Amino acid sequence: MTALAIRGGAPHSRRGSRQRLLLAGLAGLVAVVSLLAMSLGATGIPLARVVAVLTGSPTREGGEALILLQVRLPRLCLGLLVGAALAVSGALMQGLFRNPLADPGLVGVSAGAALAAAATIVLGDALLVPWIGPLPFGALPIGAFVGGLLTTLGLYLVATRNGRTSIATMLLAGVAFGALAGAIMGFFSYLSDDRQLRDLSFWSLGSLSGATWVKVATVAPLVLPMLLASPFLARGLNALSLGEAEAFHLGVPVQHVKAMAILLVAIAVGASVASAGMIGFVGIVVPHVLRLAAGPDHRFLLPASALLGGALLIGADTVARTVAAPAELPIGILTAAIGAPFFLWLLLRRQGGFDL
Amino acid sequence: MSAILEARGVSYLSGERRLIDRVDLTVEAGRFTIVIGPNGAGKSTLLRLLCGEIAPAEGTVTLKGRPIRSIPPGQLAHLRAVMPQASDLNFPFTAFEVASLGAEGIGRGLRRQDRVLIAAEALNQADVAHVAHRNYQTLSGGERQRVHFARVLAQLKAGRSVERDQVLLLDEPIASLDLKHQLALLHRARHLAESGLAVVAVLHDLQLAAATGDDLVLLHDGRCVAAGPPAAVLTAARLTEVFGVTLIPDALPPHPWRLAAETSRPARP
Repeated sequence: MTALAIRGGAPHSRRGSRQRLLLAGLAGLVAVVSLLAMSLGATGIPLARVVAVLTGSPTREGGEALILLQVRLPRLCLGLLVGAALAVSGALMQGLFRNPLADPGLVGVSAGAALAAAATIVLGDALLVPWIGPLPFGALPIGAFVGGLLTTLGLYLVATRNGRTSIATMLLAGVAFGALAGAIMGFFSYLSDDRQLRDLSFWSLGSLSGATWVKVATVAPLVLPMLLASPFLARGLNALSLGEAEAFHLGVPVQHVKAMAILLVAIAVGASVASAGMIGFVGIVVPHVLRLAAGPDHRFLLPASALLGGALLIGADTVARTVAAPAELPIGILTAAIGAPFFLWLLLRRQGGFDL
Repeated sequence: MSAILEARGVSYLSGERRLIDRVDLTVEAGRFTIVIGPNGAGKSTLLRLLCGEIAPAEGTVTLKGRPIRSIPPGQLAHLRAVMPQASDLNFPFTAFEVASLGAEGIGRGLRRQDRVLIAAEALNQADVAHVAHRNYQTLSGGERQRVHFARVLAQLKAGRSVERDQVLLLDEPIASLDLKHQLALLHRARHLAESGLAVVAVLHDLQLAAATGDDLVLLHDGRCVAAGPPAAVLTAARLTEVFGVTLIPDALPPHPWRLAAETSRPARP
């Protein structure tokens, strides 16, 4: 068959096998970083004892088991979920907007979610608590989800004309949304009391420090289905990268794929903002590094983003916990410190300017 | 041969302007139909109507007797493939990956390896196998256009595992190509028509259109001015009226260019 005339062996083998290898490597990375995150901290716990506690072997140190199972393990789980959610929602948004610069943090979706969460804290206390008593625990994630959904939809409506999404409009609209959300957040902090103020600054800086099993149990049912559903959009997003008309020609139900992507992004961003505040740049750095390593095929990119996003956030959180121990840096500061220069480098690397 | 794709009284409006004005068109299986006309005549819009991408304001487009807009996209993709004028990519897909997009999710009973072979063969047929592993974004305009032709060929091939009667729509497929590849692509399109497909292309080069097309459709201001065999459509009076140029009858197509069969597939060393 003449088809095999393509040089360099089986035509799909290069990227295909590298992608499989990378996925396996990333799974290994998640395991290693997770063990390190369990072991390191204000109280160092040797890896052997971490493994012993996790496998249920009886230990003499009851305190260690308590730290590991009630403090570090829920924090680890939350970090994996949030990191995966942020990275995958970044990859989904980039596929949806057909542009590697889209990111829930950059275009104001996280800000919209945080604003809705803040509104739930401040206004909820003022308006709802006198009537219905303490807010149910799910109120925050739901508020943040609605905020993320509205912002993503608003962004899409503003940036899309006649089926074409203008990336310039999207980024600028994102700046406007972010500024508006920031202003309203400022107004809320002016209104709020000391406790609410502490909560609010937590949203804007981002942190995993409040991790509990209850939080994990609230976030997991939102993020896990989202992570499992995202690969089903992979073929649609691949085709969409050629353009909406081309994707339709290739048999992709374009409106359906777009609606699903927006919904999944809103769920992921809402859940992660509600549980860990605004953590920026994970959604842009992770998919970009993976595209450089093994190409933009979303069938690979989405699961790989989940793994690397989880590993990156856990690693960053471990640094945030240990670098100034026993104090903690907000993790959002750390991801911004890595992510913002990376983003600038991305802009500079593009020769011949940016075609918006 | 039978009509497979039909437009009946089709109009399309953009604001107040009629981009397409009550066009009737019958595309038959096994024939190569070429749409010609000056800039802004509505050629691309007509193609977008014919492929089901946009809905006509008036009239109907039917594919195999069914209103094309009622066919689900997934099924439609087995029946017709479309090569757009130009499409840019913001992600670093390789040429092979772009061609593979044509074969993914199309067809039934195809193994992964079958799809790989389909994409590889399509790249070969479009004469871009040598750039298969290069980043699409770094390719020249002509190479990109041929990669998209490969993608369309892959889609047709994969779709043939389900549907025999297929339609291929090409929007200015040779705009960026050098002469050799222009002839090669048109020859490939002709060959597909001869094998039973209905092929519709928008072309600017009247001589190539006359030399390769079975039927020409001449559009002017959104209306179909003439349709039929090249010699009947391309009269001197009509060319003056539509294109605003006066041509010497001796030089009228189809005489000057003849597509020799052997130019079709230049062997690659």
